[in-house]
Amino acid sequence: MPIEIPKDKWPGSVKTVKIGATAAEGGTRAKTITVGGQTTMPYLQFEAPTPNQPVVAIEIKSRKPEDWSQLLGETWGDAMTNPVQWAQKAEEAGADLIVLALTLDDTPESAVQVVKTVLGATGLPLIIWGPGQAEKDNELLVPVAEATKGERLVLGICEDKNYRTIVATAMANGHLVEARTPMDVNLSKQLNILITDMGLTADRILMDPTTGALGYGMEYGYSVMERLRLAALQGDAMTQLPMIVTPGFEAWKAKESKVGEGVPGAWGDWRARATHWETVTAMALVESGADIVVLRHPESVKRVKEAISELMLG
Amino acid sequence: MALSGIQIYKLLPQTNCKECGFPTCLAFAMKLAAKQVELSSCPYVSEESKKQLAESAAPPIRLVTLKAGTEVKAGNEVVMFRHEKTFYNKPGLFVRVKASDNEIPTKVSEIDKYVVNYVGMDFTIDGYAVEADGGDFAAAVKAVRSVTKRPLILLGDTAALPSGLEACSGETPMLYAAESSNWEAMADLAAKYKAALAVKSESLDELADLTQKIQAKGVEDMVLDLGGKNMGEWLARSTQVRRLALKANFRPLGYPVIAFPGQAGTPSKESVYAAQAIAKYAGYVVLDTFTPELAYALLVLRENIYTDPQKPIQVQPGIYEINNPTAEAPALVTTNFSITYFSVANEVEGSGLPAWLVVADAEGMSVLTAWAAGKFDAERIAKSVKEFDVASKVSKKRIVLPGHVAVLSGELEEELPDWEIRVGPREAVDLPAFMKQALN
Repeated sequence: MPIEIPKDKWPGSVKTVKIGATAAEGGTRAKTITVGGQTTMPYLQFEAPTPNQPVVAIEIKSRKPEDWSQLLGETWGDAMTNPVQWAQKAEEAGADLIVLALTLDDTPESAVQVVKTVLGATGLPLIIWGPGQAEKDNELLVPVAEATKGERLVLGICEDKNYRTIVATAMANGHLVEARTPMDVNLSKQLNILITDMGLTADRILMDPTTGALGYGMEYGYSVMERLRLAALQGDAMTQLPMIVTPGFEAWKAKESKVGEGVPGAWGDWRARATHWETVTAMALVESGADIVVLRHPESVKRVKEAISELMLG
Repeated sequence: MALSGIQIYKLLPQTNCKECGFPTCLAFAMKLAAKQVELSSCPYVSEESKKQLAESAAPPIRLVTLKAGTEVKAGNEVVMFRHEKTFYNKPGLFVRVKASDNEIPTKVSEIDKYVVNYVGMDFTIDGYAVEADGGDFAAAVKAVRSVTKRPLILLGDTAALPSGLEACSGETPMLYAAESSNWEAMADLAAKYKAALAVKSESLDELADLTQKIQAKGVEDMVLDLGGKNMGEWLARSTQVRRLALKANFRPLGYPVIAFPGQAGTPSKESVYAAQAIAKYAGYVVLDTFTPELAYALLVLRENIYTDPQKPIQVQPGIYEINNPTAEAPALVTTNFSITYFSVANEVEGSGLPAWLVVADAEGMSVLTAWAAGKFDAERIAKSVKEFDVASKVSKKRIVLPGHVAVLSGELEEELPDWEIRVGPREAVDLPAFMKQALN
């Protein structure tokens, strides 16, 4: 007897956001990336196809990070001191997008220069993060946005304290923004409202609901993402944005990935553990609705990309 | 699916005889719906109504328990998403061994000793799947049993399984697997040995057909293998089965699901398949690969997904002694979110340096979250310092704040005028270095 499979029919859908612009579109990217557009919970192809495959970004920095795990240092080698090489290696490792994080040591001039050289070194769309201090973010991101007008970069990270300047420059120069709030559905909505109220259209906003690493609060982010996606499908416009999360940053901050000595024997092999930590964190978030996961290690990138490809088959 | 009070009322005699102790049948029905009374209090309810009410009271996903020296339960779940209530029975993590493997006792005893601590809880592997692959199956089951008390899943055909079942008689193992070709003989075995039975098919229609036929032969405890040749297919089927059980009360598929991530072919893919199985509704997960680092990651994932989202996991606020602190030891402030507490406590403990840990009541939130929510501000920290009488423990009136809330130090100086306020590192992992360099 054939079973009738219960299918959810949702009134709402996730908006599509296109990152990067080709020469024909006023930028210089070899290709663009489009995310969003879902009309179902993640990968339920029996209800409706997933219109745009979720993607993996690799995070690189404008200067060699001193506080990154030694394992990442071994993997990327000297490329970590050279953003051009690093971006190229990231592209070879399978990145769909590059996140280029500026640092506190950058000046407006050096920031513009590094963004431009990385744009020259790779055809992938870019996400540019400021160093994470409101004033410094503004100081660096505004000249970067102006010098790359029309590229449809994603500028971040907008939080409630510092979104105004970043949103204004994104609007003036044809870019997008990443809007981050600390693991709370209502705070996400609120920031999206503030940003759209300034006049930036929703097709230029990625929402970053924040996550924790596996074992460090990941489940909070996981459930916030599921709730945001359910709200989007139910028709709540201010939650209908594609989601970007940073499992690489979170997992490599965890002791399990960062430290190889003086840890319990039951933690097993350090290298394998670090990869599992990043991959398992990312996979849980992919299952809960991430459209872009930002990772750090090529092996995790490979595993997560393979998994997403399989999830698209359903 | 649970019936409402009105639906139950329709099944009652509706005579308002009061013998149940309630003034009307409707009042009794309401109490039944709320599960506050037993149906047996009604002396006049018909056999037909009893049957209907019993069926409606059964959980939509049957609870299946495997038993040996320990138990592993799966099923009884009530929601699709953990935030809707919680997920209850953590999927059992089993490791597969093959009967032809001469190293069984060594391998299994090694895995069986595995214990990893996560925020104060000890986690282990839950059991073993023994596969009849041509060796002496009974001997293999005995070899596994000689080194572990945990429950077993026996994999094999109807010719091999009886010897394995005899070798673990008195337990409740799971047999794997009934398919369209062998279901009758498998059902007979499961009934005879009172074992749970895994039922396998690539089609949900056929699976439902099989479970009904097997149930008619007297086997109640079943587990579903959904097949699926890739992650997408498996996710779709697992979601469909869960939905059919929870939303449509479809009994033929109201059973826990078993997953074999090793089907992915390589250990690296197996880890990813296993992560999906844990997040997306598996009740039993059988791994082909055991490594401590993979077990640790999956056990923590399982704990995270199955933590009750309505109850923040927290520790008791108070002052905690780490490494036998004296009056010279520093006082470090943190919140009572248990992941935060254990991260900090483990680092300090590991450093060998003594310290007083002042755990403020931040309603079970981490430092940043609590700060953003106004649950970890200068006032609360000052209150904790006073309430726990930190001044009586230390010779130097100095407390160390987490780096993430450096912004609070000014206000805290006002709240605690005679105290020195120091700002520590943002992450717990940097505490030992900070304590060595900055606090001496």
